[in-house]
Amino acid sequence: MNLPTFEFTPALVVAIPLLGAFLTPLVSRINDKLRNIFVIIIMGLTGFFVFLLAYDVLAKGIKVYVFGANTADTIQSLENGLPLLRILFEVDAMSVLMAGISVILGFVAVIYSWSFMKENTGLDKYYTLFLLMIAGMLGMELTGDMFNFFVFLEITSIASCALIAFWTNKGKAVDAAFKYIVISAIGALFILFAVALLYSQYNALNIAVLGSMIQYTFLDKIALILLIVALLMKAGIVPMHMWLPDAYSRAPSSVTVALIGATLASLYGVLRVCFTLYGNSLSNICNNLNINVHSMLGTLLILLAIITIILGVIMALRQINFKRLIAFAAIAELGYMFLGIGTGLTVLGNPELAVYGMTALKGGIFHIINDALDVGLLFLVAGAIYYATRENSLNRMGGLARNLKYTTVFFLIGLLAVSGMPPMNGFASKILIYESTYQLSPILSIIAILCSILLLAVFVKVFYSAFMGPAQPKFKDVKEVPKSMLIAMGIITCIIIFIGLFPQFVINTVVTPAAEALVNFGGEKGFYINEIIESFTLGGV
Amino acid sequence: MIYNIPYIAVAALILIGLYAVVFKRNLIKMVIGITLIESGVNLFLITLGYREGSIAPIYTSSPGGIMALPVPQALTLTSIVIGVAVLALMLSLVIHIYRHYGTLDARKIGGNEE
Repeated sequence: MNLPTFEFTPALVVAIPLLGAFLTPLVSRINDKLRNIFVIIIMGLTGFFVFLLAYDVLAKGIKVYVFGANTADTIQSLENGLPLLRILFEVDAMSVLMAGISVILGFVAVIYSWSFMKENTGLDKYYTLFLLMIAGMLGMELTGDMFNFFVFLEITSIASCALIAFWTNKGKAVDAAFKYIVISAIGALFILFAVALLYSQYNALNIAVLGSMIQYTFLDKIALILLIVALLMKAGIVPMHMWLPDAYSRAPSSVTVALIGATLASLYGVLRVCFTLYGNSLSNICNNLNINVHSMLGTLLILLAIITIILGVIMALRQINFKRLIAFAAIAELGYMFLGIGTGLTVLGNPELAVYGMTALKGGIFHIINDALDVGLLFLVAGAIYYATRENSLNRMGGLARNLKYTTVFFLIGLLAVSGMPPMNGFASKILIYESTYQLSPILSIIAILCSILLLAVFVKVFYSAFMGPAQPKFKDVKEVPKSMLIAMGIITCIIIFIGLFPQFVINTVVTPAAEALVNFGGEKGFYINEIIESFTLGGV
Repeated sequence: MIYNIPYIAVAALILIGLYAVVFKRNLIKMVIGITLIESGVNLFLITLGYREGSIAPIYTSSPGGIMALPVPQALTLTSIVIGVAVLALMLSLVIHIYRHYGTLDARKIGGNEE
């Protein structure tokens, strides 16, 4: 198969939703139905370009796109000794993987919104903000420039905050949105401060250029701490998780699904910072202290991940609000990702354990895909139940399997997937994490498996209290949810089952290239940096 | 010492802002705190690009001499614009919160029960 390759795909991936966002209010003036179709087409087109880009990147390696100049001119001006001032999009396998996740979640959420949000007013603004949020996420994942990363982060935060507060008639939603914007604003300012610290030392903003020059000075370490803390705060790791259950549970379900994408984009930022920006010397000994920066960072991440898993599951056990319960389960799932990534960071410098480090990293990255799909499906089911019954509390539900046949099946599949049961995709990635963390310390994988079982217990309880039991008279008239919501849930379910049945195919085609793109393999400075430096031959920047 | 005054101001602005966000209970004061942090970061960026006695970086009919570095100024402008958007959004949320709860005291807002 020989697809044509376009030079402009990286730019189009961000430009199409951005343009679509501002055209939506205009289209909305003609007809509501036309606007819905228009938004779906825009998302589909974005998805098409993401997959074109993915095909390109997976076949040919890193793709670089220079804004405002063609590549030849840029190389010319670099050879003339001018610094690299242009904004670059640098797309590697990891970026493409994350962009794919964002676009799938966004596409599903847009289809779901058709019926789910139908009774609301102000939908032109809803769709505008939605597309802006998608554009922001994709920008964060494709950009190769630290300041540009900050700008897209802010676009994502502002749009998603306004969407969390979309049901302004509920005080709780506004409250959750305020928490979220405070966290986002402070996090983003920390990132900007860190970018300024890096710029002041190296006179560069490009991630690859910075990564090739990083010296681990005192200021660099401060910048590292600021970046990691801010991004973990936005990803919702435990000591800084308090905004996440509120934001996830009080936003409309379709928004929550896209919010998962925004959270994962911050997680991508953590990966980029750890492996690329500070990845210059994965086995480098930190100045005079005899401690490896990466194993220190990795140990910290493992510690946070374990606390996150335990706390997320325990908090999920005692929730009675359906969406809040899923939000805590989502926090626990984040912990699994960071467990894999942290283990990878810790042991990759160690030659004896490097194989396990790679497995752990693959598991962590694979779990990003699976978590996004599983938790997304559960939130869609929760939204469907809310749509059908106007109930949020598990105490007031019961016997819904009689009325909502398809939704019940979707929930059952989501339940099995999220708690890591064998035929589903959650198992495929969790087994990778278990077996690799076991090599580092058996206690880690014991905790992880135990918490996974507890998670199953939580969701079996939910399944029983919401879907099983005697028919309740007040739900007599409850009908199955509209088609668009069923289609949205069906799409995710199909992907979950496909990944569950063919995990090795997914690992080989997307996960392994992504993990290898992050990690230093051969070469002195790592794959990402080498590729980009080579494609530009940056002499004395 | 005299050259360090801007950096001391930066540190002071950021710390005061963080103090306000963490310890103040009034939502408006928290918003002010965030704005203070933002001013601190912007001042830091501007200070990085400035050299003593430098002129504005405009090449056309320039009198010569050192110029201030334009990149941090461009970054600061972008950051200010984003900051205004965030500030407006935060204040509009504060208005909505006041309408719902009739108070701006963070302790009396929200809660876990639905």
